[in-house]
Amino acid sequence: MSAVAPVAGAASPTTLFDKLWQAHEVRLLPGGDSLIYIDRIFLHERTGSIALQSLESAGYPVRDPQRVFCTMDHIVDTFPGRGDKTLMPSGTDFIVATRAAANKSGVQLFDVDHPDQGIAHVISPEQGIALPGLTLVCPDSHTCSLGAVGALAWGIGSSEAEHALATNTLRVRKPRTMRVTVRGQLKPGVTAKDLILHLISAYGADGGSGYAVEFAGSAIEALGVEARLTLCNMAVEFSAFTGLIAPDAITEAYFKGRDHAPSADDWDQAADYWRSLRSDVDAVFDREIILDADAIQPMVTWGTSPEHAVPVSGCAPDPHNFPSAGAESAQKALDYQGIAPGQVMAELAIDAAFIGSCTNSRISDLRLAASILRGKKIAPGVAGVVVPGSRRVKRQAEAEGLHKIFIESGFEWRDSGCSMCFYAGGETFGPGKRVVSSTNRNFEGRQGPGTRTHLASPATVAASAIAGCIRAAVPEENMYTGADAAALQEAIG
Amino acid sequence: MKAFTTHTGVAAPLLRRNIDTDAIIPSREMKRVSKLGLGEGLFAAWRYTMPGGREANPAFVLNQPAYANTSIVLSGENFGCGSSREHAVWALVEYGIRAIIAESFGAIFHTNCIRNGVLPVVLPARDIRALADFVQQDPQRHCLTIDLEQMQVTGEGGQHCVFSLDEGAREMLLQGLDPIAQTLQDREAIAQFEQARATAHPWAFRDYAGSAVSAEFKP
Repeated sequence: MSAVAPVAGAASPTTLFDKLWQAHEVRLLPGGDSLIYIDRIFLHERTGSIALQSLESAGYPVRDPQRVFCTMDHIVDTFPGRGDKTLMPSGTDFIVATRAAANKSGVQLFDVDHPDQGIAHVISPEQGIALPGLTLVCPDSHTCSLGAVGALAWGIGSSEAEHALATNTLRVRKPRTMRVTVRGQLKPGVTAKDLILHLISAYGADGGSGYAVEFAGSAIEALGVEARLTLCNMAVEFSAFTGLIAPDAITEAYFKGRDHAPSADDWDQAADYWRSLRSDVDAVFDREIILDADAIQPMVTWGTSPEHAVPVSGCAPDPHNFPSAGAESAQKALDYQGIAPGQVMAELAIDAAFIGSCTNSRISDLRLAASILRGKKIAPGVAGVVVPGSRRVKRQAEAEGLHKIFIESGFEWRDSGCSMCFYAGGETFGPGKRVVSSTNRNFEGRQGPGTRTHLASPATVAASAIAGCIRAAVPEENMYTGADAAALQEAIG
Repeated sequence: MKAFTTHTGVAAPLLRRNIDTDAIIPSREMKRVSKLGLGEGLFAAWRYTMPGGREANPAFVLNQPAYANTSIVLSGENFGCGSSREHAVWALVEYGIRAIIAESFGAIFHTNCIRNGVLPVVLPARDIRALADFVQQDPQRHCLTIDLEQMQVTGEGGQHCVFSLDEGAREMLLQGLDPIAQTLQDREAIAQFEQARATAHPWAFRDYAGSAVSAEFKP
């Protein structure tokens, strides 16, 4: 069984996924798994310390620490002036242990006080660590975000992280391929977040199970890289192996000049290769879904699964209309959320608004929210928190004055991290509190015991914070859509 | 890794769909830098009356005397979806769960099970419903037997369900193999592949940080 050299361009029409897979397949293993070569590994303090320690105790060294990166994002506090101390009682142990293990093994660490610290899936594209054509894995389910730049990236568990660290490979069963083509253009005020919630609500939280999902079509091609990251981020909420978008001129422009991206002569060679990373015209997918972009509206979740999503203008369902197994789950979800069957979503009063997470915490997300909040105040009694996805995003937002817009409207302005996307940091809006949130999971207890989460876009979060109840943003002339620089200048003036 | 060949045990139905890993082990229960000490936190939000508390909620199936010593969970679609936290599987293992029978599984969770000697069994809803009806009649007596060699689930009431599992995963479980040790047998092939890849795509192996003109922030 000799190694196979990567070959560019295959004879028969090939999908983007298959091109990436073939370029990384060391060999097909007996039993049907493939041994897949891993180019980059990302770790974080929640699981990185355990993986590195466990590897060491098993006697396996980290094979290539130079291509391993680690950040502190999951547990770290996001209060200004933070240190190692965390709200979560034992959180400091994770941070200290991760720092020690990272330094010992020689991996590149973005520590608590590093100027480029941030959420793994925000900083890896931001710094050009995730690149088109690379494989990247991280013991975090939202690693699929990075498929947005044409990387083959997926979330793994701790044991798999140890395997990748020790061997630069993983033993993986090849998933099937699905293409989701989104025709036309998203309407003003409708974002990538609404698109992915629409898809998951239409096809189920397990609709992508067993598939690598490529997003394609005119609506996808029009998205900026950050919006693409939002879309692919929630591929895991669709139960997909990963999400993928073919790299294009927008992707190239995004990466040029980034810290870890190819420089000088290497750039042309890399970019030439990236241009080959697209599904051939006649490539056959195992499944195709076609959506019309103009049918998609601002979405919000009513229940405790991302599939429990409806248009903001809609109503929670009646479980009696569900098939048997779904009815019980739906009723439990309504009970947890404290809402009645048929509840009009826009009549639901909220207690809190959260903007952050690897889904929606990048500069374009903050610009969008700020363009809605500018000159407005959030409703009395509503707590608002904004957590930039990285310290670079934070600095950029501050340079643009966005933080002032947030603070003047009544939002707290934080340091970067995963924060209240989940409860690992020990911070929560509290039991029974209703939160409209730009995050990715509305599971029971996700944002703290008894906390009720409604997932939505940053635009909907901002508009809801102002209204005091769930509300879609009214697209206005000055609303930032991320479409172009001129619109941005117009929006934030 | 603990091998899985056959197992007979008490099975408990948790027939909801989309039981996520936050439900299997809430993040607040992952208190230490360790794979141990997690069994107590299994299904904590449903199992105990108060968040962080340890007073058993009598309504939760695993707390009922009839389901003492449960080692098999019966569930619906998409079991183990959500977070990649392997703590979910470590918690199940420590509690004593050896197998989960569901309509489908979250992909990362599925692999995590295989890597920890827990058998994920995929069966159609109809079969799972029938198995649940059988065990519910008398959970302690109506045990299920899962045979990975034969790839079948049986019960003494005549239940007989055949399942399939990828051959690679099946071998790992049957023999309790260490996947890292298995893969390192291919270390030469990996090194050769790496060399060829580095020749074709040198940019993929170079770290340009520091060499690049410090980029202006670009959204």
